[in-house]
Amino acid sequence: MSDHHIILRVVAKLLIPLITLYAFYVQFHGEYSPGGGFQAGVIFAVGIVLYALIFGVQAAMAAFPAGFTRGLAAVGVILYAGVGFWALSMGGNFLEYQVLFREPYGSGSHLGQHIGILLIELGVLFGVAGSILTIFFAVAGRVSDISEDSW
Amino acid sequence: MTGIESQDVGIELINIALLAFLFVIGVSIARLRNLFAIVMLLGVYSLVSATWFVVVDAVDVAFTEAAVGAGASTVLLLGAILLAPRKTREKQRYAYIAPLIVVVVTGALLIHATIDLPALGDPSSPANSHVGAMYFERHYPDMGFPNMVTSILASYRGFDTLGEVFVVFTAGLAVALLLGFGEKSLASRFKKSK
Repeated sequence: MSDHHIILRVVAKLLIPLITLYAFYVQFHGEYSPGGGFQAGVIFAVGIVLYALIFGVQAAMAAFPAGFTRGLAAVGVILYAGVGFWALSMGGNFLEYQVLFREPYGSGSHLGQHIGILLIELGVLFGVAGSILTIFFAVAGRVSDISEDSW
Repeated sequence: MTGIESQDVGIELINIALLAFLFVIGVSIARLRNLFAIVMLLGVYSLVSATWFVVVDAVDVAFTEAAVGAGASTVLLLGAILLAPRKTREKQRYAYIAPLIVVVVTGALLIHATIDLPALGDPSSPANSHVGAMYFERHYPDMGFPNMVTSILASYRGFDTLGEVFVVFTAGLAVALLLGFGEKSLASRFKKSK
């Protein structure tokens, strides 16, 4: 990376933390505003991808190794499905959040719904962010470096 | 003219302008031969359609379209064109005839199908009257938080969302298996650090 990318680098350094922070806002505010795990996962992955585009794929891979992103995707799917099996083990149906803490229906207490949705949204975040970063690294890792005149 | 009607006219004008943008971008994508310009225009197309989704009050869809369509898929396509020749070959003139027929017939069928569609926001449409009305009444007492889209996606239809996560995971797995996990550049990084 040559020096004439200085403006891009400064702007990106300013933007990447904000993008990542916004992803977590979308994640944890999903019960009240538009968005949720899927959008948050994509925004988080795009923040990392922006870093990779400006500072190089290898720098991004040093921060988020390809093995880690693959594992993250798998952990997300397991976390989501695990909530389903948790509900099964409490005697309910698959992904029936109301039985997680044995709350009766119509009692007005929604702890199971909140915890269940929080966990499955985290599963979606991990699964989506990990998958998109895996795809990006697999595609971008094929070319060792992007030369300036190839555009 | 009352206030509500003039507001409707304004929204119609925005609709027409955005759809005209989409049409122009779509035609230019079809006519261009430079892959880099095509990928950039696809990103613009996604961004304009995200804006249009906001106008028709589908904010969650707009959010997803802006993040996935304009953000992630543009970057992935940019990475993909690095592996491909930068320009497509010029085709013979008669090579366009068969695709043109397919596109015209499909487009005519789709336009014919819009005759049966309910009007935008029609309260008696199937989507708004049966199970949608039930969700609207019951989601707050059932879940205790106000975003109906999240309550449907995460709780009422949680099993479908699990399937979607599996689809995304499978896509990542398939690309990684096909393109080799990006291990090549990892190996070159270790060589450089030595």
